[in-house]
Amino acid sequence: MAKSVLLVGVGGQGTILASKLLTTGLLEAGYEVKMSEIHGMSQRGGSVSSQVRYGEEVFSPVIELGGADILVSFELMEAMRWIEYLKPDGQIIVNNYKIPPMPVVMGECEYPEDIPERLCALAQTTIVDAAAIANDLGNPRVMNVVLLGTIIKAMGLTQIDWERIITQNVKPAFVDINIEAIKAGMNAVN
Amino acid sequence: MRTLMTGDEAIARGAYEAGVVFAAAYPGTPSTEILENLAHYPEIYSEWSPNEKVALEGAIGASIAGGRAIASMKHVGLNVAADPLFTFAYTGVNGGTVIITADEPGQYSSQNEQDNRNYAKAAKIPMLEPSDSQECLDMTKLAFDISEQFDTPVLIRMTTRVCHSKSPVITGERPEVTLKPYERKGNKYVCVPAVAKKLRVNIESRTAKLKEFSEKCIYNKAEYNAESNIGVISSGISYYYAKEVFGSGVSHLKLAMTWPLPLDLIKDFCDRMEKIYIIEENDPYLEEAVRALGFKPLGKDIFPPYDEMTPDTIRKSLFGETLPTISADTEVVINRPPTLCAGCPHRGFFYEIAKRKNVMISGDIGCYTLGMAPPYNAMDSTICMGASLSIGHGAQRVFDMTDRGTRVVSVLGDSTFFHTGMNSLLNVAYNQSNTINVILDNRITGMTGHQDNPGSGYTASGESAPMIKIEDVAKAFGFRNIRVVNPNDLQQVSDVLDELLALDEPSVLITRWPCALKKFSPEDKMEFAGAYTDKFAVDQDTCIGCKLCMKAGCPALSFDTKAKKAAISRTQCLGCSVCAQVCPKDAIKKEVRQNG
Repeated sequence: MAKSVLLVGVGGQGTILASKLLTTGLLEAGYEVKMSEIHGMSQRGGSVSSQVRYGEEVFSPVIELGGADILVSFELMEAMRWIEYLKPDGQIIVNNYKIPPMPVVMGECEYPEDIPERLCALAQTTIVDAAAIANDLGNPRVMNVVLLGTIIKAMGLTQIDWERIITQNVKPAFVDINIEAIKAGMNAVN
Repeated sequence: MRTLMTGDEAIARGAYEAGVVFAAAYPGTPSTEILENLAHYPEIYSEWSPNEKVALEGAIGASIAGGRAIASMKHVGLNVAADPLFTFAYTGVNGGTVIITADEPGQYSSQNEQDNRNYAKAAKIPMLEPSDSQECLDMTKLAFDISEQFDTPVLIRMTTRVCHSKSPVITGERPEVTLKPYERKGNKYVCVPAVAKKLRVNIESRTAKLKEFSEKCIYNKAEYNAESNIGVISSGISYYYAKEVFGSGVSHLKLAMTWPLPLDLIKDFCDRMEKIYIIEENDPYLEEAVRALGFKPLGKDIFPPYDEMTPDTIRKSLFGETLPTISADTEVVINRPPTLCAGCPHRGFFYEIAKRKNVMISGDIGCYTLGMAPPYNAMDSTICMGASLSIGHGAQRVFDMTDRGTRVVSVLGDSTFFHTGMNSLLNVAYNQSNTINVILDNRITGMTGHQDNPGSGYTASGESAPMIKIEDVAKAFGFRNIRVVNPNDLQQVSDVLDELLALDEPSVLITRWPCALKKFSPEDKMEFAGAYTDKFAVDQDTCIGCKLCMKAGCPALSFDTKAKKAAISRTQCLGCSVCAQVCPKDAIKKEVRQNG
């Protein structure tokens, strides 16, 4: 059976780089891999997803409703938006990070405060302070690779040589901090 | 070695390995990355053409001259290129020629959903439909061979999920490329009626030969399961969706050459089945062919004729439900509609035009279509590329028949202007509707991710190019009222709108400021020195909580409903100053720079 990893977030959060590193590692480890993304108009501050499927044989590149083994959300509310794509016994990893949508920005409605509680009540949920971890490492932008580390741990993919994958796919100046970020992410989940 | 590629990257690689020498395209989701990748191969001359018709015509010229050529476009782009397409089908090729149409079931970034398999049938041009990236590469090479063997252009139909999904690909090498000799052949390429009538007849025998080829084409393949009498027929990405739901417990007929269809193969497959499902996105294209053979498949009577045919959609149609899901109260989820970016130079224009009464705003295709959304709500129509100016022209003519005094402001971007807006502006110049024709010149093709265009000063491969100035075009058309403004200067925008709305003749307004996300060229750095380097902040003591700044609709702004104060995200702010100009209390101020 193919495994399905659903990465969701808001345009500009770096889901694309995270899924690129993930799929590169999976391919080198010998899996069949398919990945699907939607580019275009939806990316202007909109909700975005990267869908990664791997296994011995993969048919659809798209994850269906109730089909994801793991939902990794780079933003709190996005986890709620995509939760129907998770298997009932699937797990959620969510970044404890809010990006207010335009109606909230405009002061028309409030960003709900209880999303972590709601998620925990619905599925096995790990809340990760990826933004804080990335800040501590010295670069808030590596938040995405911290979250990649959590996926690797949660999906049991730690045997793949991620340091080499990062070294080969990230600009030299950012290799060290990204390796630190992926390790920090792995340590952030049990 | 296996590498992961998107379908778009694999098409480009396939063209490279097929010895293509000429590539042309106009950007359009989901096809854009095909030409972007082709332009990375120095062996291939690659260009962004002003529109898809021009791109295809360039490819036809390259073919006649003896080179292999490719033109790629999104589904609606093929409408623009349909005129040369239908006659190119008559003339055939010298160098093999392939046209890529990237369809968008689900309309993620498109104004409509159309099934371009119908074009293959209507134009009598062979069509291939790859299902994954390896097939994109392999079928592109095959398409060039078909093109030369049967003397015909070939269409490849992609869909969003084929274009933008990654899967493993094994690549090959590019052969030594030799151009075919050129000789003048008036009875082949000069389609006057006497020639075209003969060419039309020839198409029939070509089609018969192509059908024989389709019957034996290795990519049209039946996978039989002897235990089952259920058969599933599909093509393109729908094949993988069907495999996901039906698995190998049924027989599958995967069709890759979908015009001309291998009708004998289909009949043979259907003869062995008790029950036949047709899984295809959009139109009942395969279904109608199967019905014409006398079978009664289950198709659009149970599956939707619109949107994507993803596994959950198939399950819902078949079984009435998807896989088990977590049912959650999603009422707490707030929509995240796409918005103009922080610093977007379109903001100033839409902020000002939104305040005007009794205007019809005729819109177009691009980032600025978001002017239709709150808080601007400033758009009355959007139909297709370049249409704003001509629709505005027609509307103004009818408004003039009333005594309401409604004025039309037509608005489109620089790339859309060069695409087909130029013809529309020519019509305004010629037939003199009293319209205000606005070109939002952000110095790049924005929505599709920053492709160069005739105004940007660079080619697809990054070479320096002449920079066509929109005001010079308007001047050449004979407009007497041409204004160029900085859209971030609200007073300037407002004043020029007052002036142009008071005129009794057509005018052209160009708002010139680069896209906030654009990588500045040396010319941009000179012309727009200092752009996007400032930061603004709200002085919390001066802010009275009036929320007027929210009408600027900038994602860098937020409003704290408890403190009743506005705030600006420093990381998002790009210093356009629009919100500061809107603030009635001067509470939004530019940060003083520490280091000069």
